[in-house]
Amino acid sequence: MNVHPPLPPRENKVVSLARALEFFHDGMTLMYGGFGGIGTPPTLTKGILEKGVTNLSLIGNDAGFPEVGPGPLFVNRRVRRLLASHIGSNPIAGDQMSRGELEVEFSPQGTLAERIRAGGVGLGGVLVDVGLGTVAETGKATLELEGRTYLVEPALTAEIAIVYAAKADPLGNLVFDKTARNFNPFVAMAGDITIAEADEIVPVGALDPECIVTPGIFVDMVVQSEGIHWTWIWEQRKEQA
Amino acid sequence: MSTPAPPSAAAGSHRDAANPGASANPGASGPLGTPADIRRRIAARAAREILPGTVVNLGIGVPTLVADFVPHDIGVIFQAENGMLGYGAAPPPGHEDGHLTNAGGLPVSETPGASYFDSTVAFGMIRRGRLDMTILGALQVSARGDLANWLVPGRRVPGMGGAMELAQKARRVVAITTHTSKDGEPKIVSECTLPLTAERCVHLIVTELAVIEVTPDGLVLREVAAGHSVDEVAAFTGAPLLVPTPPGVF
Repeated sequence: MNVHPPLPPRENKVVSLARALEFFHDGMTLMYGGFGGIGTPPTLTKGILEKGVTNLSLIGNDAGFPEVGPGPLFVNRRVRRLLASHIGSNPIAGDQMSRGELEVEFSPQGTLAERIRAGGVGLGGVLVDVGLGTVAETGKATLELEGRTYLVEPALTAEIAIVYAAKADPLGNLVFDKTARNFNPFVAMAGDITIAEADEIVPVGALDPECIVTPGIFVDMVVQSEGIHWTWIWEQRKEQA
Repeated sequence: MSTPAPPSAAAGSHRDAANPGASANPGASGPLGTPADIRRRIAARAAREILPGTVVNLGIGVPTLVADFVPHDIGVIFQAENGMLGYGAAPPPGHEDGHLTNAGGLPVSETPGASYFDSTVAFGMIRRGRLDMTILGALQVSARGDLANWLVPGRRVPGMGGAMELAQKARRVVAITTHTSKDGEPKIVSECTLPLTAERCVHLIVTELAVIEVTPDGLVLREVAAGHSVDEVAAFTGAPLLVPTPPGVF
């Protein structure tokens, strides 16, 4: 275990961005929520970039777009290794992979999600038949169970997981925003330390307990978001049109 | 290849020398129109495969266009693997929400009864067999229904995304593609040479030239595009085509 700064008290996990960034270091394993940058915490990723953290081993659905989501971490050569389901929307990551500068492992998207969830809920892995008969089974153990063959897909965790919530309270309870939810709820469970960036931080009791998606017990720190600072890809296309 | 350039390749064969990376030359046109026309023609035909009241996932790219051709009043529920059931048309300009998109990252809208969920739930419903149909793009489809659509070694390294789950687990898989590649090579082949997305998964292939069903006996030609012949389709297909009954015209 890395020695890290002390965590905030459980009754108030709200910290400054600067305080949260103290937990990031070169060579770390970092997991992030988001799907094509939608739902990837913008303020934390920008902070990681500006702090100069490098040699990262990343786990997330994709590499975003060059200017969106996790994309700038690749553009600025901060990533050594990536486990993702696709990188097609970030051609710079593809170029780095082709040149051997970036090590990429692909996992089918649903399998990747379940591997992260498994890590987050204390399982050793999951049994999946998706990808049998394809290169996705290369190097994977198989297991026969009740007459069917499965790939043994190991659980995933990370030193730090970062997620993007619509609302958080000081206990770390989270709700998300429409399709920006995607990988965030289970990524939030899979970090040794989980940091949630929220558009709005509300008082304890303000969130309906029936509607909380991520219970605060999984979240170690809450940071106020500064909002989306990039231009969505469909906005870029509209500007070009 | 000694065979003449197929209609679908006519537009793409005029490669833009100044921009060799361009996927197609939008200024060129062939007998079936521009590449945009061809894409819409394929999407329109594929849309007719969608039955009322079904749950459908549309893949990224040309499959996304299919939604434009599905009537709004037939109760189709579109699923997006980024975590939504029941998305609707793109909102009017100025009303888009960056946090409300389809799996291609393009803005969509909520329909009544829509729901949001995380990606494990999205793929849970896919793996569990709750999707009636998926429509996916294809790089190659084999005579036995193998699909390759995620990787061209040494050229394209996008990754499989959610395509393996969709191809392997949706109850019905419609593969849509131009009939041949930009280089005029058949995309419907006896054996896929590209890495597979899933084995024996495709039920129906829709191209700008033909509608072809994958059966235990092989590929059966069901429909031919207006103005084209069975022989023409066969010439541009890299696997034997069975024609047990006269094909329809679309």
